[in-house]
Amino acid sequence: MLEIRGLEVAYGRVKAVKGIDLSVGKGQIVTLLGINGAGKSTTLRCISGLIPPVAGTIEFEGESIAGLPAHKIVRLGIAQSPEGRRLFKDMSVEDNLMLGAFSRKDTAEIRRDLDRVYGMFDVLAKRRAEPAGLFSGGEQQMLAIGRAMMSNPKLLMLDEPSMGLSPIMTQLIMKTIKDLQSEGVTILLVEQNAQAALSLADRGYVLEVGQIALSDTGKALLGDDRVRKAYLGAE
Amino acid sequence: MDPTLFFEQVVNGLSLGSLYALIAVGYTVVYGIIQLINFAHGEIFMMGAFGALTVYLVLGSPTDLSIPMALCVLLPAMILGGMVLAAGTALIMERFAYRPLRGAPRLAPLISAIGVSVFLQEFMRLFYGRIPGFPDSKRGIAFPRIEGITGNNIDIGSVSIKMSSIFTIAALLICTAALWYYINRTKTGRAMVATSQDPDIARLMGIDVDAVIMRAFVVGAALAAIAGVAHGMYIGNIDFKMGFMAGLKAFTAAVLGGIGNINGALVGGLVLGMVEAFAAQLGPTAWKDVWAFVILILVLVFRPQGLVGAKVVNRA
Repeated sequence: MLEIRGLEVAYGRVKAVKGIDLSVGKGQIVTLLGINGAGKSTTLRCISGLIPPVAGTIEFEGESIAGLPAHKIVRLGIAQSPEGRRLFKDMSVEDNLMLGAFSRKDTAEIRRDLDRVYGMFDVLAKRRAEPAGLFSGGEQQMLAIGRAMMSNPKLLMLDEPSMGLSPIMTQLIMKTIKDLQSEGVTILLVEQNAQAALSLADRGYVLEVGQIALSDTGKALLGDDRVRKAYLGAE
Repeated sequence: MDPTLFFEQVVNGLSLGSLYALIAVGYTVVYGIIQLINFAHGEIFMMGAFGALTVYLVLGSPTDLSIPMALCVLLPAMILGGMVLAAGTALIMERFAYRPLRGAPRLAPLISAIGVSVFLQEFMRLFYGRIPGFPDSKRGIAFPRIEGITGNNIDIGSVSIKMSSIFTIAALLICTAALWYYINRTKTGRAMVATSQDPDIARLMGIDVDAVIMRAFVVGAALAAIAGVAHGMYIGNIDFKMGFMAGLKAFTAAVLGGIGNINGALVGGLVLGMVEAFAAQLGPTAWKDVWAFVILILVLVFRPQGLVGAKVVNRA
């Protein structure tokens, strides 16, 4: 579904991503691991069209999307829930969700998807008129995922959804991701919480200073010594 | 102070304040989205007045119209013409003077804006009068007389109110309501708010940020054009440099209210209008243009976020 070859992304003269290959198959959960500054968020920003690549190709469903403006990429079916959630804090839950559906015109289906998000996250349904900024970290993360889902994406990219959340909340978010997969959404998950991410993932990539250091199935990476030492805190 | 004089100054202040507020919205909307102080916005106000005049000239300078014809046909056509010329100018300016500098340091588009401001003034001074049948634009041009407004007053008791003041205040009320509806109830209005809060995330929502920026310029230009017509009717003549002082004062109003905040622009405009009206009454007339800048400096030193509060720009 998503095929990336030789992708390079730079901020000015500093290369943050130095030639990575990555592929996400339809219906899969693929996770991208790595420490801060490894280039994970940059990769997602580039796929979303927020920064153009310096080199390499990005194909989505067989078509090149590298360099397209972000608002067109959303229309093709790629949504992103960004790092740090970045909600419109003064706007209500419902306004945030409706902005997620900005690219769509199918009013009846938007309504149905809104109900689906409210069905997934009860707390959002109950407090739909309240400003997003008043919610807890976990609730805001739910809203960020819900907002991304409102574009009815084929590929959902989540940037560190567990950041700053309690273990219980993290579990809930991970379960939500699993549920979305079973509904047919393909997921590219960027995480620092390697344990949680790899337990879900069909495939994992480990990014180190802008390059893919390792890639394998989620299960294999969970058992890999290097991953266990570097990311899972094993001795 | 004599009550009659007091009420007349209140109306003067409201009318002048409405004019500033209508122009100030353009500064604040554009600032809220691209953090640019568009110093050529005063000239957009001037273009609005000239656009209205142009429609009047193209229609063959109709005189002695009945009041309904003047108010329901001529005036709307002139306002529309003003909006078209102002918005067209704003779009060209955005495309060629600001968009290429989008990623540049903030000082670059600011200097570009000052350049556009001088360019537009000189362009109108040198070329407008060269169009066959158009008046010499190197000095003031009499603004068309609108039957029912120009030179008419309403007397309430001993207080006499100019119809052009009422027009300006009514224009602000209508524009505020329209703007409120646009920002809060339409999809593109919500997109504008979202873009001002977080442009990157707005892009991720599928919002075409370039289109939002263009709309912000058009909204600001449309309101400035109405102000241009109101000013023309109130003062009775227009000229190529009318946007300079009005623009600076409206900018002051926007800063006074809190730049980037639409409510702030409205409040700032009205407060500034009131201060000027009463200062002109109580203090020396020659000082009438001083107070706005005294306020500007005081606000920048003691309350830079303005009365209502500036938009907090937070970006990762």
